[in-house]
Amino acid sequence: MKFFNHLGLFILTMKGMFARPENGKMYWKEFMHQCSEIGIGSLPIVVIISVFLGAVMTVQTAYQLVSAIIPLTTIAVVVRDSMLLELSPTIICIVLAGVAGSKIASELGNMRISEQIDALEIMGINTKTYLIAPKILASMIMVPALVILSVVLALWGGMLAGSLTGIIDADTYLRGLTMEFVALNVYVTLSKAFVFSILLSSISAYFGYNVKGGALEIGRSSTLAVVVSCIFILLADYMLTFLLLNP
Amino acid sequence: MIEVQHLRKSFGDVTVLFDISANFYPGKCNLIIGSSGSGKTVLQKCIVGLFQPTSGEILYQSKSILDMDNNERKILRQEIGMLFQGSALFDSMTVEQNVMFPLDMFTKDSFGTKLKHVNEVLERVNLTGSNKKFPSEISGGMKKRVGIARAIVLNPKYLFCDEPNSGLDPQTSLLIDKLIKDLTQEFNTTTIINTHDMNSVMEIGDNILYMYKGYKEWEGTNKDIIYSKNERLNEFIFASEFLQDAKQMRMIDAGHGTIPPTAGANNE
Repeated sequence: MKFFNHLGLFILTMKGMFARPENGKMYWKEFMHQCSEIGIGSLPIVVIISVFLGAVMTVQTAYQLVSAIIPLTTIAVVVRDSMLLELSPTIICIVLAGVAGSKIASELGNMRISEQIDALEIMGINTKTYLIAPKILASMIMVPALVILSVVLALWGGMLAGSLTGIIDADTYLRGLTMEFVALNVYVTLSKAFVFSILLSSISAYFGYNVKGGALEIGRSSTLAVVVSCIFILLADYMLTFLLLNP
Repeated sequence: MIEVQHLRKSFGDVTVLFDISANFYPGKCNLIIGSSGSGKTVLQKCIVGLFQPTSGEILYQSKSILDMDNNERKILRQEIGMLFQGSALFDSMTVEQNVMFPLDMFTKDSFGTKLKHVNEVLERVNLTGSNKKFPSEISGGMKKRVGIARAIVLNPKYLFCDEPNSGLDPQTSLLIDKLIKDLTQEFNTTTIINTHDMNSVMEIGDNILYMYKGYKEWEGTNKDIIYSKNERLNEFIFASEFLQDAKQMRMIDAGHGTIPPTAGANNE
């Protein structure tokens, strides 16, 4: 029953976003601000995680696969496809649910508790359109961009780790990256990143916007937003993988 | 003028307001007083449209807010300014940006014109020179004044203040009261103030509504209130030791029909 209450309120909250902005310039400003918050704000953690993910994948693939009959280029192929198909979109979006999602939830929660949302309502501003829509739109643009960046950095991290450990030299690695390239994999990456971006931003915004109570509730709703976002990202991951890659 | 007719508000099974009817007049400070939990804030939030009443009518210039469509309500809200109990300033914006926000959103003026207007309003609330400060860098009294500046920057017809003196020292409270009173008279604003501060009641209470457990218990002016015979109201206004003395003096003085002298005057 509680699930259906949340679902109904979630739909109403999202539906409320679709209204004509009072002042396009202010909404654009808010959208750009959110792009910076979500994109630039999450950049350091995305860089660190991506480089290490690529490095670990290279070393681990070499450990599991390499034998006399398997060419070294296979390591690069496996790292590339793993990053594209699963690791970059899913891991980065789960991390972003923690970084950007919790920020969205706590920011809106704080605005709700301190009556800032009421103040905007009193001014005649549609708060759902002004506060939630720019966050979701910014997320839809910045999250796929971060995921693409993550793939590039992971491949670079893999090359670096391969060269430094002597597992695979840079030339062989780069040759492997261009072998058996399937364009569909990039489409899968972007599709996943796009869907996950909507999930993590809308779920976080919903929990933040509808906070009731005091300061303690802001923390709770922020945690809940991250947990629920992660669960829905994993569910959507399975569904998208099944739909896009099922032979 | 704002008219409230037979207003009732329930949250689930709990009824918070019972059959409230009252008029709030332009150019006057209309005070809603009562102890904590008496329903003042809920009444005010119903009047501004943040809460939907369970039954009854709220009329702005004889037009029901409940019958207004979204567009009409939006236009009305641009004529409303509100000072919240906790000021509700936007944390990420400076004082200047906070006050300029309604202008940015609803006017097409140039930045220079808006800045000039913001500076005028900030001067009006004695905050000249605080433009670049963030809410976290200013005192509670200053926050309230920034809240007032933001509320009046669009020259609203209706001004709502939710406990404007809460958490402030008596001197700052007096300043805030005087500022609200002056603005109300200057712009002929219909001002509705929620308070349980007796100084405010006596200083600026042109029209006072006393709430008790969700009911309208008494209505009158700050001149009537001191001689009211309503027991619950008397318990409320004479709750402090100091005012108990005033009550005694009033009883002694009642025969003469004059207002008792202040404690300060007695000492002289």
